[in-house]
Amino acid sequence: MSTVAETSMTLTPEHETRPSASVRSRLQDALPKIVLAPSFAATIVFVYGFILWTIYLSFTNSKTFPSYAITGPRAYQRLWRWTFESDPPSSWYTSITNMGIFGFLYIFICLALGLFLAILLDQKIRGEGMLRPIYLYPMALSFIVTGVAWKWFLDPGLGLEQTLHQWGWTSFHFDWIKNKDFVIYTVVIAGVWQASGFIMAMFLAGLRGIDGEIMKAAQIDGATTFQLYRRIVIPLLRPVFLSAFIVLAHLAIKSYDLVVALTSGGPGGSAWLPSNFMYEYTFKRNEMAVGSASAVIMLMTITAIIVPYLYSELREKPR
Amino acid sequence: MSVVTTPVRQDIGGTGAKTLNRIVIYGLLALFALFYLMPLFVMLVTSFKTMDEIQNGNMLALPRAPTLEPWFKAWGETCVGLTCAGIKGYFWNSIKMVVPAVLISTLLGALNGYVLTKWRFRGHTLVFGLMLFACFIPFQSVLLPMATILGSLGRFGVTLQNATGFSFGLGNPTVNLVFVHVVYGLGFTTLFFRNYYEAFPTELIKAAQVDGASFFQIFRRIMLPNSMPIFVVTVIYQFTNIWNDFLFASAYAGTGDSMPMTVALNNVVNTSTGVVEYNVNMAAAMIAALPTLLVYVVAGRYFVRGLMAGAVKG
Repeated sequence: MSTVAETSMTLTPEHETRPSASVRSRLQDALPKIVLAPSFAATIVFVYGFILWTIYLSFTNSKTFPSYAITGPRAYQRLWRWTFESDPPSSWYTSITNMGIFGFLYIFICLALGLFLAILLDQKIRGEGMLRPIYLYPMALSFIVTGVAWKWFLDPGLGLEQTLHQWGWTSFHFDWIKNKDFVIYTVVIAGVWQASGFIMAMFLAGLRGIDGEIMKAAQIDGATTFQLYRRIVIPLLRPVFLSAFIVLAHLAIKSYDLVVALTSGGPGGSAWLPSNFMYEYTFKRNEMAVGSASAVIMLMTITAIIVPYLYSELREKPR
Repeated sequence: MSVVTTPVRQDIGGTGAKTLNRIVIYGLLALFALFYLMPLFVMLVTSFKTMDEIQNGNMLALPRAPTLEPWFKAWGETCVGLTCAGIKGYFWNSIKMVVPAVLISTLLGALNGYVLTKWRFRGHTLVFGLMLFACFIPFQSVLLPMATILGSLGRFGVTLQNATGFSFGLGNPTVNLVFVHVVYGLGFTTLFFRNYYEAFPTELIKAAQVDGASFFQIFRRIMLPNSMPIFVVTVIYQFTNIWNDFLFASAYAGTGDSMPMTVALNNVVNTSTGVVEYNVNMAAAMIAALPTLLVYVVAGRYFVRGLMAGAVKG
């Protein structure tokens, strides 16, 4: 197996090498690599091997069962032809438009709200220890769970609309969850609810890491609070923005249960994201090649964001 | 240049403006607290109401005559698909899946982290980088090959069963899910332990080596006793992720008696036959949420630390 060759590289002389090359000590030398090998092999096979397998399938004609005769990029052609040439728009078109809307709003609102809440909480707030866990707990719950509550809350006949009608605001109208043009925005609301508290915690940790002396100096120079944050604090938080962006971007592309739990796909699949498209086409519509092609496109999108980030993270501190 | 000596992070201005500022800040914070609490609150109060009260009352009102009936019904009677025996079986399915998956992936992560920091070899960064990237892939890109492999293993299990009378767990959906969660959780657990052990003094390891301690002795006697915090963080992170997983669960155990809790809950809620019993649905959701909620309440600090460690690498 090729993986063994990759893991069995020479040990650096970081540890004591004993003069006697008995079997026992040779085994001791190889032991660390033997311990790591199963995990690494599993990663190579079940992550990278499977990715190659999916890429391969996307170039075949697989329907219900995998077929291994390469038939060229037909699945991709179908995806993009549907996207730009079909009328009414195809479900792939819907999925990637939704991804654009959801991705942009989700990331932007989470960052803005997270930063805003972190700054508010950083004003020497009494009861901070109580508020922080309240903002953050949605991250611990499955969306399949909270989707039950959100679905109810957003349902025009049961939730917010009904409640406000009972309170006397009878002209209030809010039926986005049933409206195919607006259903994706309800997914944004629920997604922001789930992740923004965590982003707040990231920013708060960043704010606490800022040297108080810098702030004091700026205030002595007569900076207003707004200027202080705008000119000094926010630029200092740049690394946190980057980390938060990476977290949010990959959560956004992976979002799947959010849509299932909240909308069951929405009216006519109008709330689908590419992840839902892939699942439906692969497992329900028996279009395995098309499903694989969409999975490959998702993977490429994440790769384009993550690889440069990981590369710089791992390179900066060569240990 | 004015000489303002107010302490840092306090607003400049008169006392009146300052008080107003504080009121606005506290008001906003309270408002957002309500926003975050609202779904949990609605879920909780509804699960204690009778159907009658739900249909005629306000969703935000407290139950007039709190009843535990919906909880009992969700646990023991409600219908998941065609079986009407409550969600208790699925709850145990999840437990049976989560416990081994968390233990195995955490232990492997600890060993990997130990090797990748204290027994380095040429190319260790590449190995780690490849494992780390696996944390970020959309699982859709491995879903189908894994389904194919698990299917073949299942058929092989049937053959074994016929030949030897024992299938060795092949084809068992719970075993499959444990395997899948261990494989795709390794990246995270390795990341956690690697970053933690990075800061662990290498001199101690060297001294132990001089004294003749072996690879595993050092791990057991020196590393493990000092790894409690990161063990807690990793276990909580893995527990939450695996308990809440829906994609793998629905792809590999989406039907039948072996569904995990999340899939069963989704089935309960989306059953469209008969009257929708919202109170039972909410109670079922609360039951599904309880384990992770409990962990969060008891060890929230470690939960946050895990999220952070997963977010900020290096």
